Amino acid sequence: MQAQNPLNILIVDDEPLARDRLRTLLSDLAVQLPSVVVGEAANGLQALDFLRDHPVDVVLADIRMPGMDGIELATHLGRLEKPPAVIFCTAYDNYAVQAFDLNAVDYLLKPVRAQRLLAALHKLPGPRPGSELLAGIGQEMRGGGRTHLSCHERGRLLLVPIGEVLYFKADLKYVTARTAEREYLLDEALTHLESEYADRFMRLHRAVLVAKTALAGFEKAAGDDAEAYGWALLRGVPEKLPVSRRQWAPAKALIKHS
Amino acid sequence: MTSIRHFPATHPLPDWRNFGVMLRVLLGVNGLALLAALVQAGDIGKWLGSYLQMAAVVEPLLLVELGLLSLARNALWRLPLRLGQACVVGLAGVLAAALFLYARSLSLVEAGVAARAVLLAMATAGLLLAYFELRSRALSPAQAEARLAALNARIRPHFLFNSLNAVLSLIRARPQQAEAALESLSDLFRAAMRDPGELVSLADEIDLGRQYLELEKLRLGERLHVDWQLAGVPMDLPIPPLMLQPLLENAVYHGIEPSPEGGAVTVAIRQVGEELRIVISNPTAGQLPHAAGNQMALANIRERLALYYDLEARLETEAGDHRYDVRITLPCKRKTH
Repeated sequence: MQAQNPLNILIVDDEPLARDRLRTLLSDLAVQLPSVVVGEAANGLQALDFLRDHPVDVVLADIRMPGMDGIELATHLGRLEKPPAVIFCTAYDNYAVQAFDLNAVDYLLKPVRAQRLLAALHKLPGPRPGSELLAGIGQEMRGGGRTHLSCHERGRLLLVPIGEVLYFKADLKYVTARTAEREYLLDEALTHLESEYADRFMRLHRAVLVAKTALAGFEKAAGDDAEAYGWALLRGVPEKLPVSRRQWAPAKALIKHS
Repeated sequence: MTSIRHFPATHPLPDWRNFGVMLRVLLGVNGLALLAALVQAGDIGKWLGSYLQMAAVVEPLLLVELGLLSLARNALWRLPLRLGQACVVGLAGVLAAALFLYARSLSLVEAGVAARAVLLAMATAGLLLAYFELRSRALSPAQAEARLAALNARIRPHFLFNSLNAVLSLIRARPQQAEAALESLSDLFRAAMRDPGELVSLADEIDLGRQYLELEKLRLGERLHVDWQLAGVPMDLPIPPLMLQPLLENAVYHGIEPSPEGGAVTVAIRQVGEELRIVISNPTAGQLPHAAGNQMALANIRERLALYYDLEARLETEAGDHRYDVRITLPCKRKTH
């Protein structure tokens, strides 16, 4: 171990006392393993915000947090060019703990013991949980998809709240997410997005998913359009989305019911 | 201390003043009358007429009998079981005889009819008593206690470990607060491990709720606000243990924890006439109220209420856009023996 430089650590937990506890333990361990707590955050969003300007070596992240949980935080961190190591802490999450055990991902159980924390820090960098593993745990835990999507723009990580996305459109290589303000290029597969947000979005076309709440109306295509059977009109943006013959009836039924 | 052995559902001679018992008697007797009418009618078209004719005799008898039984409830309970049951059957026979002798004196019926009516009334009473005895055996103290123990609300492990973690971090900096927190935690677990068949006073249950919320406040800090509304509440009223705490735990887990800003949990308890009404309300925090854990706790409390109060207590939920309410209504009665 090249323990010359102290480890830079970010503590992420929504409970102030839980953050204090980790801080105390780390200072107790300072002789064996020098470390500096460079910041604290109360949820995943705050953590990502902090990490924009402060590189850290290790993120100690609670799993259950309001706003953005630790699992989702790790998903977004995984997209960074030089992602920090993540050690999960949890008081009790059967499903997550079993999944981590199966995949040899290290985690800490609260109340955390000093020796256990030391061992986890010594083991770094350990195996990083894959995005599919994290997606599975996240789905099971919150019963839904991520609260945000992330994308890179000029070396920075941008977060797009899923509630603001009006539609996704797949092009040759990328998927674009459209919000009322602008478009984002995502590194995602449309089919994954469709299953992750099945309750929020519906497929209109081979290459289009639309937010159910964004649908404003429909227009029959003029003549025999090869591209689309009809067009969907949206709230808030002028563009129309193509609707395939197959999705025409279900899409129209949706708007009638709402 | 009131124990489970005195619950209406578990005595072989039922509590005739209990609404659930009355309902079962009324339905049972009318069901038998319908069946008897069908046998008697000989033609499906005459069934209703035959039943109505019978009801004219059966209903007054039944209501008078129920009235007398509810007056004599405590006296009957003091008798040995078989004697008490014999009294109930006898009373049915005597009432039927009285009614038919009166009818006879007006020359409305013939002599043989009265004896038949007496036998039928006694048979009906016997059948119902047999039903109540079987039912009480199905809900026998041992079984009811086992069911209660299984049902008795469990404190979420999530809460236990997070609380212990919070206490650990207090020990060095604020030892007194850590001590108080451990005391509350031990009270909470003592309550959770208590004999579930015993009733506790409303005051104790409210205290436990306060201690629980203090612990949650330790963890959640400013995010958790609690508003207790207790006006003119009968603090010494015995209620089943751990009714309040699991609902408060639900309110915090589903209403406060998922929100970064937190919110307020309101607990309103008041007496309305002969009923005690408890309303626990929490913000929805964008969560779906029908999360599995929540439903389990509610089903659990519903079943415990049914064991303690039969049909006289109810639990309702109301999911609004911003708040989620759980309402419990209990009879404000005290055991008379």
